[in-house]
Amino acid sequence: MAAFEVNGKAVRVEADADTPLLYVLRDELQLNAAKFGCGLGQCGACTVLVNGEAVLSCITPVAMLEGKRVTTLEGLGTAQAPGKLQQAFIDEQAAQCGYCIPGMMMRAAALLAKTPQPTDAQIREAMQVNLCRCGTHMRILRAVKRAAKA
Amino acid sequence: MRALLTFLAVACLLPGGACTSSIDPRPDSLRQSFDERVIEHGAQLAAIGDCYGCHTTRHGAPFAGGVGMHSPFGTIYSSNITPDRQAGIGAWTEEAFRRALREGVRRDGAHLYPAFPYDRFALVSDEDAHALYAYLMTRTPARAAPPRNELVFPFNVRAGLALWKALYLRAPPAQKQTDAVLARGEYLVEGLGHCGSCHSPRNALFAEERERAYQGGDLEGWHAYAIESHIKAPIPWDADALAFYLRNGWHPLHGAARGTMGLVTAELRAAPEADVRAMAAYTVALMGAAAQRRSANATRLEQEPLRQPRDAPGFGRDTYRSACLQCHDGAEAMPFGGVQLTRSLGLHGESPRNLINVILHGLGPAQGATSPMMPGYAGALDDAQVVELVTWLRANLTDEAPWPDFRRVVEESRRMDPGTLSFPPGGAGTDPLFAKAP
Repeated sequence: MAAFEVNGKAVRVEADADTPLLYVLRDELQLNAAKFGCGLGQCGACTVLVNGEAVLSCITPVAMLEGKRVTTLEGLGTAQAPGKLQQAFIDEQAAQCGYCIPGMMMRAAALLAKTPQPTDAQIREAMQVNLCRCGTHMRILRAVKRAAKA
Repeated sequence: MRALLTFLAVACLLPGGACTSSIDPRPDSLRQSFDERVIEHGAQLAAIGDCYGCHTTRHGAPFAGGVGMHSPFGTIYSSNITPDRQAGIGAWTEEAFRRALREGVRRDGAHLYPAFPYDRFALVSDEDAHALYAYLMTRTPARAAPPRNELVFPFNVRAGLALWKALYLRAPPAQKQTDAVLARGEYLVEGLGHCGSCHSPRNALFAEERERAYQGGDLEGWHAYAIESHIKAPIPWDADALAFYLRNGWHPLHGAARGTMGLVTAELRAAPEADVRAMAAYTVALMGAAAQRRSANATRLEQEPLRQPRDAPGFGRDTYRSACLQCHDGAEAMPFGGVQLTRSLGLHGESPRNLINVILHGLGPAQGATSPMMPGYAGALDDAQVVELVTWLRANLTDEAPWPDFRRVVEESRRMDPGTLSFPPGGAGTDPLFAKAP
């Protein structure tokens, strides 16, 4: 059991303390943007923000989250009113299969919060944790750049 | 102030003291050529000395210097050792290079700071110094000038280094080992490899404490573990395991190298295997009989897939089970799985610093090599949680006494540049010279 904040709302979850945040988001809170990829913290598909930092939710037990602020992709905007990062990814058509994209956007959100005008090298360095198997990397990099300019 | 003036006056009066002579520049017109085999030998020696690691910034040109080294007196930036005539050592004769290497004196006669380990390099033979010179003088010149040192007075006065040298610079000791392999290892470990420069504690004037040699030291946000009889490895090292570790940066019974040691192991991939084996054999001899005594758990640790924690439910156990054990359960061997934490020197060693660095920042993948990787937890864990987890790991997975209060270490680690955990092995590893080496 743990109490924390998700996208600005206080939540109290019933899951055991060692349950990964990803399972709680998807199964208990019906927030399905974060994806299960490898389950080992190696692909980045499950990336969310905790207190503004990018965190891999598949290997983050809810025990770590007591009193903290979690932000998922749902917290950045909606299909009707996309946030600026989401709009940039749409404009650059940065998704192919799209499975990695929520994680990519959250990783980029953490970067832009700290470094609003990143250089190409800074974008590459920050994003290298997240994998895309379709190969849309160039579009993803452009989308991050576009969001920084927006 | 009076004491200081006395200090400087004394320094100037010392034999060969503050006022060492300048060596004339090499004529610009003189083109030097070196035997290709000598250059290759020099490249291998440079890998053993890890010249690249201290003389190359993360995004800088190889050997162009500018790496900041932090001391209680301020920051010293490494020199440009490319053959550029203005910014580097292009105007240096071999004699000037040899003198810098072994006596810590610049071509123009100024003293070099002992962040450059000339106290160790004093052991380097003429032949090896020649090969190193040949290698460095045939690298690509870089015009980059390193930033100015940021040292507090009086340490920003180079003349004072004469006094430091009078106090601490000794003629190299005679070799003690008679066995050929151990003698080779001794020559490399004590000299060019300068292992003791990091693995020994330093005194108030930043000199190695020779009577406590290899008992462990702290630098650049990392702890270099004791590698003599005080070593805490739960499974004793043998020469084969250590040679593997030195060349690969990890070993399944011991764990992974990162930070400053990661730079060393990345370079040693390009060193001759026989030399690395000799260094390993000598280092294991340094560890001695005491370190070879197996901890009560060693055999069990090697064979058992995993030691179950003794503890009751709680934050430490929950985190260990749901975060750590995902990879550290021994189901997959290193480097694709994590080291079983019951085997890791990170949990057993004399300092929690490296463990905390890795928990917070993870292990970035090494570029161009198979290596362990780990995601960092800096975003998910606050300082109090890190303290609780580390305390739990130490208490439940080792038989060692708890570490003294280390909250300050957590705060320091959080501020460190996480890029240092994923420094791409460069230098020798990416030097085209090695593309054709066997």
